[in-house]
Amino acid sequence: MKSAVVVFPASNCDRDAQVALKQMTGKDPHMVWHQESEFPDVDLVVLPGGFSYGDYLRCGAMASQSAVMRAVKAHAERGGAVLGVCNGFQVLTESHLLPGALMRNAHLKFVCRPVTMTVEETQNVFTRKYSKGQKVTFPVAHGEGNYVADEETLDRLEGEGRVVFRYAPGDNPNGSSRDIAGILSEKRNVLGLMPHPERMVDPLLGGTDGRAMFESLIETLS
Amino acid sequence: MTAITPDIVREHGLSDEEYAHIKRLLNREPNLVELGIFSVMWSEHCSYKSTRVHLARLPTKAPWVIQGPGENAGVIDVGDGDACIFKMESHNHPSFIEPYQGAATGVGGIMRDVFTMGARPIAMMNALRFGEPSHPKTRHLVGGVVSGIGGYGNCMGVPTVGGEVNFHKSYNGNILVNAMCIGLARKDRIFLSAAKGAGNPVVYIGSKTGRDGIHGATMASAEFSEDSEEKRPTVQVGDPFTEKLLLEACLELMATDAIIAIQDMGAAGLTSSSAEMADKGGSGIELDLDQVPQREANMTAYDMMLSESQERMLAVLKPGREAQAEAIFRKWELDFAVIGVTTDTRRLVVKHKGAMVADLPVTALSDEAPKYKRPYAEQPAASGAVTVGKRDVLASLKTILASPDICSRRWVWEQYDNTVMADTVQRPGGDAAVVRVHGTQKGLAITTDVTPRYCAADPYEGAKQAVAEAWRNITAVGAKPLAVTDNLNFGNPQKPEIMAQIVRGIDGIGEACRALDFPVIGGNCSLYNETNGEAILPTPAIGGVGLMADIHRMATVALKREGDAILLIGDTRGHLGQSIYLREIEGREDGACPPVDLAAERKNGEFVRKLIETGRVDTVHDVSDGGVAVTLAEMALAGGIGMDVGVAGTTVDAVPFFFGEDQARYVVAAPAAEADRIESELRAAGIIHAIIGRTIAAKVLRIECEGEIGLSELRAAHEGWFPAYMDS
Repeated sequence: MKSAVVVFPASNCDRDAQVALKQMTGKDPHMVWHQESEFPDVDLVVLPGGFSYGDYLRCGAMASQSAVMRAVKAHAERGGAVLGVCNGFQVLTESHLLPGALMRNAHLKFVCRPVTMTVEETQNVFTRKYSKGQKVTFPVAHGEGNYVADEETLDRLEGEGRVVFRYAPGDNPNGSSRDIAGILSEKRNVLGLMPHPERMVDPLLGGTDGRAMFESLIETLS
Repeated sequence: MTAITPDIVREHGLSDEEYAHIKRLLNREPNLVELGIFSVMWSEHCSYKSTRVHLARLPTKAPWVIQGPGENAGVIDVGDGDACIFKMESHNHPSFIEPYQGAATGVGGIMRDVFTMGARPIAMMNALRFGEPSHPKTRHLVGGVVSGIGGYGNCMGVPTVGGEVNFHKSYNGNILVNAMCIGLARKDRIFLSAAKGAGNPVVYIGSKTGRDGIHGATMASAEFSEDSEEKRPTVQVGDPFTEKLLLEACLELMATDAIIAIQDMGAAGLTSSSAEMADKGGSGIELDLDQVPQREANMTAYDMMLSESQERMLAVLKPGREAQAEAIFRKWELDFAVIGVTTDTRRLVVKHKGAMVADLPVTALSDEAPKYKRPYAEQPAASGAVTVGKRDVLASLKTILASPDICSRRWVWEQYDNTVMADTVQRPGGDAAVVRVHGTQKGLAITTDVTPRYCAADPYEGAKQAVAEAWRNITAVGAKPLAVTDNLNFGNPQKPEIMAQIVRGIDGIGEACRALDFPVIGGNCSLYNETNGEAILPTPAIGGVGLMADIHRMATVALKREGDAILLIGDTRGHLGQSIYLREIEGREDGACPPVDLAAERKNGEFVRKLIETGRVDTVHDVSDGGVAVTLAEMALAGGIGMDVGVAGTTVDAVPFFFGEDQARYVVAAPAAEADRIESELRAAGIIHAIIGRTIAAKVLRIECEGEIGLSELRAAHEGWFPAYMDS
């Protein structure tokens, strides 16, 4: 599997994503600077966590207008896989590659802690190595992860099996509607989620629940 | 030009004698710009004029120390060509006036101190002191400071891995915000601030200069009063996005060989960076302020020289390398300007709009800065044993676990991104945080410690204890303690009783650091922490760093197995003077603080570290605030495993046994057979110890002759206070 990690000036999980991809695939991902308007030929694009351009406006709003995002959109339209984690998820909703929006956490505070989620769907390139209903724990670290969408959209996401991760009952860290932690695009090739799978591939860091996501991608995209 | 009147001199925080000395040095009156420059360079904050003579007594050397005090941060060798660069610094006064921005810019400032030396910041810690919880300002200050620290550090993508939070009424009008940054560099790629040579370009990089923070250093060198709110305009505003760009751009520039010297513009911005760089380089600097990137129109030379706008650096480049450097800063969309040149005149010369606005000998600002041996009057240390009555141990424990100083700090550290960079192998909540040296199996253990109530009772023993506890916390995770940075927070040094706290505190730090081979490689003094004449408790915060060779051999506080024996290592005499028990249960703050036997600290600690390093033990917790009872409860709660313990045949009564704060102690849990072997080794080594119990299947803490309490009940007490207080 060939992969690329997009680097905005204030991305700060770009290295974490790079290390996880290297560890899981054995190959260094391409690191693509935000001013690039073209991409190397890759199977997977990762939009990492961080603060893109400072995010003093709505998180990801400026990033959605960047040169590199035009290339990411083209990649997604061709059916290429895109994984947006944390700020990457925010950039995906701002870019309309995913529906809904990520608002400030309901308690108005930044939150960093491990959260337990249920894997709701496994019929996609990101989670096929998990089992449906499996409980997984990833850390979250965000101030704006409160997923909202209108009722119709939420119903549709659920009806079409596009809610991939849901916070376990009582473990919703940010007030997200219907405990939604991660969703798929209509074509099921774009996944956005707030928790960080790339921080969970090394047992020394507290667990390896994130590995199966990379294993799923490698199996499908290699 | 404005005439300098005695009022103007006083407004600049200079005494009549200091002003007379300036005139002698110059053989003339300074102009206003020059007076402003003197006022910051000779301020307590920049010159350490009350403490320099005493700080000189601290031990600063060891074979592994690469850079001791005097640079932007200290540097130690952590093997394989890696160097660890770290420092702790206060941002107390601004944080009281505007908690979010004060704390945020404190974080930004200390990060610049570390990355200006060529290091990538890899972890942040902090030491925070607030007023009593019932004070009307405390909740607002806690909320603002915590979100300010998180707001800056999280955006930078540097994990904030722990710290301390205390409450005490002495901080009601003067909180303490001490931030520590730890960075990593290659040993042969460390950048210093000596602007050597003449004719080299002096370049300005980072944000534009505005009028913010003018006289911040002077403000930090005076007491507060009721009208300190009016000083809000002197607090700077942080921009972590720009700092992130500055970090990456600086590291990119540092990968070239274009830099001769570099320093961040911290307190007193352009003034202190240019004067200190020229001083260290044995050179002079000539600045042309017309070239300085400016945020506002019509800024005067005085404004620019005293501005504390954030996210700026000054560098001296090799001649001809300007274009290469500029290209890097343009890529990161930062300002870059050549604003001066180094000279061989040993003078700081400042030009603005074609006129010479300052022309000062560099040594007048540095070597000639006042150095005081202020009078001090030592107060007798609190003394005497305290006696207490019999009381229910478990009920007292529950009360203590729910008290503001002992309860879980989860509410605080969940607002800090503590896992970004994917190298945090021990998260907040343990004895020390541990971060992996990226790409290796090595770990750096980091802690901040001080027990101000001990320091108030006895500044000397209290300061020793702060060092010993930092050393113990690093040891308890299995790392070898290597060096410290000290952040000395005290009241007004012009009061002899405060000066005595400073002098004896420094002596205590010195003695402990010498005995433990734990040199001081940098630090910061924050004096005048008083409001309306009331001083804070003496608070010499110690930031310690240690190294473990293999992070697979690391201990944590969490109990891991049923059937482990619980070993208490060290001498338990039941010292209750100045204890948490006395304060929280009996409402008293009296008696002597626990004495620190440094030989026992070293002997016991080295024994415990060896157990961890050899993979024999993975569960250790040091005994500190709240004594053995709190230590045991924290171990049980962290692991979700119960235990059955007793006083193990000692003659000490239950209350002093479980709540005494004797030093040099650890609790270790290990499988029974291993514990037996360890016990015989302890006996052979002559280390006092006892097996006090074992872990059990029931989720309870059971104490012989006292009964038992469920872990869920203890957890509710421990976790409940902070969120209930902050979110009520």
